[in-house]
Amino acid sequence: MKRKMRGAALIALGSTVALLAAGCVGAGSGPSEDATNENADAQEFTWWHNSNNGEGKAYYDQVAADFEAETGVKVNVQAMQHEDMLTKLQAAFQSGDDAQIPDVYMSRGGGELAAEVEAGLVRDLTEGSADTISKISNFTEQYSVDDKVYALPYSIGLVGFWYNKDLFEAAGITDVSQSPTIEEFDGYLEKLEEAGTTPISVGAGDKWPAAHYWYYGVVRECPYDVVEAAIESADYSDPCFLKAGEHVEDIIAQEPFNRGFLTTPAQTGPTSASGLLATEKAAMELAGHWEPGVAGGLTESGEVPDFLGWFAFPTFDGQGGDPADQMGGGDAWSVSAAAPDAAVDFANYLLSDEVQQGFAELDMGLPTNPAATDSLSNETLAQLIPVRDGGGVTQLYLDTRLGQSVGGAMNDEIALMFAGESGPQDVVDAIQSAAEAEQ
Amino acid sequence: MNSPARGGRGRVTSAWRKRLEIVLFVTPALALFALFVVWPIVTAVQLSVYRWKGFGPLVDFVGLRNYVTVLADDVFVDSVVHNLIIVGGSIAIQLPLGLAIALLLNRKMWGQGLLRTIIFVPYVLAEVIAGVVWFQLLQPEYGVIDGLLGSVGLEAPEQGWLGDPDLALWTVLAVLTWKYLGLAVILFLAGLQGVPEELYEAAQLDGASWWQVQRKITVPLLGPTMRTWAFLSMIGSLQLFDMVWILTGGGPANSTTTMATYLINEGTRSQNFGIAGAASVILFVIALIMAVLYQQLILSRDTRSDVVTVKRTKTKKVTR
Repeated sequence: MKRKMRGAALIALGSTVALLAAGCVGAGSGPSEDATNENADAQEFTWWHNSNNGEGKAYYDQVAADFEAETGVKVNVQAMQHEDMLTKLQAAFQSGDDAQIPDVYMSRGGGELAAEVEAGLVRDLTEGSADTISKISNFTEQYSVDDKVYALPYSIGLVGFWYNKDLFEAAGITDVSQSPTIEEFDGYLEKLEEAGTTPISVGAGDKWPAAHYWYYGVVRECPYDVVEAAIESADYSDPCFLKAGEHVEDIIAQEPFNRGFLTTPAQTGPTSASGLLATEKAAMELAGHWEPGVAGGLTESGEVPDFLGWFAFPTFDGQGGDPADQMGGGDAWSVSAAAPDAAVDFANYLLSDEVQQGFAELDMGLPTNPAATDSLSNETLAQLIPVRDGGGVTQLYLDTRLGQSVGGAMNDEIALMFAGESGPQDVVDAIQSAAEAEQ
Repeated sequence: MNSPARGGRGRVTSAWRKRLEIVLFVTPALALFALFVVWPIVTAVQLSVYRWKGFGPLVDFVGLRNYVTVLADDVFVDSVVHNLIIVGGSIAIQLPLGLAIALLLNRKMWGQGLLRTIIFVPYVLAEVIAGVVWFQLLQPEYGVIDGLLGSVGLEAPEQGWLGDPDLALWTVLAVLTWKYLGLAVILFLAGLQGVPEELYEAAQLDGASWWQVQRKITVPLLGPTMRTWAFLSMIGSLQLFDMVWILTGGGPANSTTTMATYLINEGTRSQNFGIAGAASVILFVIALIMAVLYQQLILSRDTRSDVVTVKRTKTKKVTR
């Protein structure tokens, strides 16, 4: 009995101390609110990027060296694997320590960027990069907060269907449209099914590849302004969001996906969604401009498969969105709040005609500077440029656009829809309630 | 006159010296404990009463709202249920199976050492590696297991063992059993070595059959070992993360989420650090309650003898 009492007392004491401590511990240290930047004239800064191997790394090292030679400012380059970089970036932001936050770093824009801006972590580039912004203004809107530009997009890619030309031909699909209607698309599915080929691979285990279907449904049904207004007012009651989900549900109902797709990963290993496409086990996959590179890494030879073709997400009869609009996203350079002015010059230099041309020649991404769009050497990638620049808007991946909190809830719900345990209305509800929780 | 005073002072200094010694030896451990155990717990509790995106100052105080959110979230409630199924399932399957194998391996036979090693190998394997291997084996259509089933004319589930919401949790449980059975066996074997040989001999002289010997002697004497193992197994099951994360990531359709995957999903993936903090505190409380209850209700009979010895020594000191 006595022992029990002591145990209970200990627990009580422990939890009291913990709660008191929680109450007393001061709020975590945030970045200083000082408007003046003490660091403005520093002749040294750090740059984090994710081209951590091969030609890309060598190219960026060269770019940094050229900048140093030109200006005399030292650039500390850190090339990291993509996931590592995201983790380290998050940790640096959490620390709130200016010395640990890189001066020039990669941003994905949208709600994530907005949250960083709100926390006072990002430098306003509207004036310091005015010349650059005028060149790439087609893309800067989703990298802006309150009409101020906080990141310079240097590569904007599109999501679309990457398909296996050989398997399509074997199934008797000879005429593949660059922008099919849903009827044409359903025809492809039917013929592939008849030929005994798995029509589509999807990495629903990672959730976002499945969510991309829904995002595209939104792009097809909701005009860009409607989406922006919904985000602004945190009100997703516009019926177009519901229609988007209904289109996706129709596709899911045809069961075109690879077996076990609910736990299939997006890109890791030969049984991932990209792996199934690369090894000719599935006829197509909805993926971004990275797909040729990823698929190349998953074939036995390590070569980008030459059977890869591309067509846009199908359009729907009477759809509410502009058929020229596409869904995609990209990477941008942000400069942190405490970075020296030289870091802004460097971000501008990274978007210059010269650096973007070199970037395109190495197929490191789809350049945003119009002077560099013709420089892509890979034809498969080059064919995305006219689609992207064809007059429509490139809607940013919605999870990025909405920020991780709402985006995460949305992706979770869409993954449930793929499992048949949720419907179009549930997805809208999940977004609505996550958005309200954020207010 | 002087000598008792001096002696008194001497006693005081020696008492202080003893205290100093204790402080000296305990401080490093306490400091590490405070830094790596107490501080994170305090931080988690602190985060749990705020809404925080992972950077910037902690300003958005929401009181207990995060706890309400977590407890009202079906996904979290399901994940608690999954954890409890794993706790119950692990013990219900591994206890009889582990005991049977331990009894078999305790008999003198050829290749005993080799067999013991083989049964222990999965436990030694890093959980992540075992997870990746099983993930590949369990792939639908192209996995080894589906291939083997196909070759003997059996049909594998359409969406695979991990892709079907009705099967995934049981598949995970099967892999966990494979992974952790070795630990149970090795602990039971160690426990069996502590059963005195004379008891067996006496029982045999009395004409007890093998079954009777196991039932009346081995199993009761193995009790403390089994109870300690079950405790370890329970705590491990409550904290389960790696294997689930690799095999299913909590999917399909949240059918294999655990409390740990829930809080990772909310924390680093959705940047709801407050909700993740609340979930981690709830996980901590659930684990604490279960551990304390288990200690009090089940393990107490194993620790009781220790208490008695302590008391006895205390009494001795007093009399002296």
